[in-house]
Amino acid sequence: MALPPYAGPLETTWYFTFRFLCACIFLFLITPILVIIPLSFNIEPYFTFTSGMLKFDPDAYSLRWYEDFINNTQWTHSVKNSFTIAIASTILATVLGTLAALGLSKPHMPYRSLMMGLLISPMIVPLIISAAGMYFFYSNIGLSQTYLGIILAHTALGTPFVVITVTATLVGFDHSLSRASANLGANPTTTFFKVIMPLILPGVISGALFAFITSFDEVVVVLFLAGFDQRTIPRQMWSGIREQISPTILAVATILVMISIALLATLELLRRRGEKMRGMSPG
Amino acid sequence: MANGNTQGEVVLAADGTPLKESLNKAMRKNRIRALMLVAPLFIFILFSFLIPILDMTFRSVDNWQVGTLMPNTSMALKDWDGKAIPEEPVFEALIADLKAGAITREIGKVGTRLNYEKSGMRSMITSSARKSKKVKEGPYKPIVLKMHKKWKDLETWTVIKRNTSAYTIGYYLNAVDLKINKSGEIVSQPENRQIYGKLFLRTFAISMAITIICIILAYPISYLLATMPLRYSNLLMIFVLLPFWTSLLVRTTAWIAMLQSQGVLNDLFVFFGFIDDANRLQLIYNLTGTIIAMTHILLPFMVLPLYSVMKTIPPTYMRAALSLGANPFVAFVRVYMPQTLSGIGAGSILVFILSIGYYITPALVGGTGGTLISNQIAYHMQSSLNWGLAGALGALLLGSVLALYTLYNKIVGIDNMKLG
Repeated sequence: MALPPYAGPLETTWYFTFRFLCACIFLFLITPILVIIPLSFNIEPYFTFTSGMLKFDPDAYSLRWYEDFINNTQWTHSVKNSFTIAIASTILATVLGTLAALGLSKPHMPYRSLMMGLLISPMIVPLIISAAGMYFFYSNIGLSQTYLGIILAHTALGTPFVVITVTATLVGFDHSLSRASANLGANPTTTFFKVIMPLILPGVISGALFAFITSFDEVVVVLFLAGFDQRTIPRQMWSGIREQISPTILAVATILVMISIALLATLELLRRRGEKMRGMSPG
Repeated sequence: MANGNTQGEVVLAADGTPLKESLNKAMRKNRIRALMLVAPLFIFILFSFLIPILDMTFRSVDNWQVGTLMPNTSMALKDWDGKAIPEEPVFEALIADLKAGAITREIGKVGTRLNYEKSGMRSMITSSARKSKKVKEGPYKPIVLKMHKKWKDLETWTVIKRNTSAYTIGYYLNAVDLKINKSGEIVSQPENRQIYGKLFLRTFAISMAITIICIILAYPISYLLATMPLRYSNLLMIFVLLPFWTSLLVRTTAWIAMLQSQGVLNDLFVFFGFIDDANRLQLIYNLTGTIIAMTHILLPFMVLPLYSVMKTIPPTYMRAALSLGANPFVAFVRVYMPQTLSGIGAGSILVFILSIGYYITPALVGGTGGTLISNQIAYHMQSSLNWGLAGALGALLLGSVLALYTLYNKIVGIDNMKLG
């Protein structure tokens, strides 16, 4: 959308105004996330830039909130919890979701749209409602305030993403490949692991990443189901914001932003690999 | 199809069975195989998710308390015509129930339940239960009438009788600001007690506002991203995707740092002299805070579908319109915009669905003026413990989300939902 050489003054003005507007919107999107990074190095216990920080005085910056984060057992415990719960529920969600996606993509699947609707419902139902329902039901069967309860709940919330991404990958899947494999004498298991799996792997991994981030970032269900022992990072941040607002939260937030950048990069690489494997993009 | 060519003749498969039958058999096998693959997840979702949700909706009509904990009174009230205070047998049954309930300490649940219908009933029930321990022999009617003045009130008895049935629509009535009056008619609550109708309306209004702001902000940047050369737009896409992938709580925290009265934005305003240091703007813990933070959080959900639709529009259409003499504005409105309507529709419904169910951000930055219906559900779940009402509010919210989702499915189709 470059400016054509014959553009008049009106068009030129509009062209630059439009770009300026877009720049403002992009700033709106990115500024809050970038602002917390320098703030987390603040030596004072405030959420604001001190005059020392604005003068780039090295004494105004410190790592004390990061030290605080590492030395606080509540936080380190919550980190352990977050990873345990997220990894366990990701594995469960990926296995269950991939199998179901394979079934849903078969041409003979009965009641496909109904099934699809039910299976992805955890993604559509507002979290507060899922959390309320699970709270009653899981307390009745003794699963509230247990790791198992939260892992199961997070698995349910994560599976729709796996189902959707893997089904989407299977849409572009050439079924003659699995027929060829069967024709050459492979049994269904071998066909799955040697032919289908390598091709749908990008979809499976990105589904797994979605499931992971869903669990890792989830706080509403944790608020209702978790006891003190099962507190995750977002749960800890929640009480941090509500009770004693300290820049430790900003330090944690900065670390989480770094993690999301890593996730974003992984997904982008996967997307490129997937396109290359299916021959959708040259190079 | 096969019958058309071979009338009267049965086509046989290689093993001698009729082709139709053997084909059906193979189809059935395939169908079962597909079902077997889906079954584990289906069973899992059924037990971990669908049944809990149904259980919650059931709570919104469940009305076990009076029938179970006051069985004698419920029986005795069965034939009561509701025209005058009941006679002695009912009071005898009542004393028996109160005594039993006072021993098991369960009678408070009846009091709490009846209190939702009419305030003051809890103290009436609990104090009468306490006094009932001393009652030795009848006639019971005068004794009970002396226990609490509300027993002389005909409405007390109508409320009790109404709640002896195992199911109630009381919670739903309450959730839409209605109640049953003395003569058993459904009327609206007095003005000062109409909370939920307003809250539902406010939730819809806020969600609508957020959706509209999202369209206004997302349209230009999606257009820019879709019309730029790919290598630049991929870079700019990071500005949309990084917020999308950043933790919700991180973004909410970030907005607290930005918007609070000693925050970055207010500091900037004071620095540039827009406002005095003394009267900094209150941008957070109110409606403004909720709308700003939620718009930021939901904007990527609008940009991504819009971008993918705009990406498919060939630029030649606009050029054709321009070369046929339309001025750029008219060409844009009449040629380009209609083609992006499906993207706007998809993004809007997505953003709207997400925002009417939002809980975390309004709870943290909304203060009292910026809370939504989900916050009220959480309040009844955790603080007031009125679970029936929480269930009824939840079921109403769920109903509206499902209706919107059906619409979304019609417009976009869930198979076409793009992630990331």
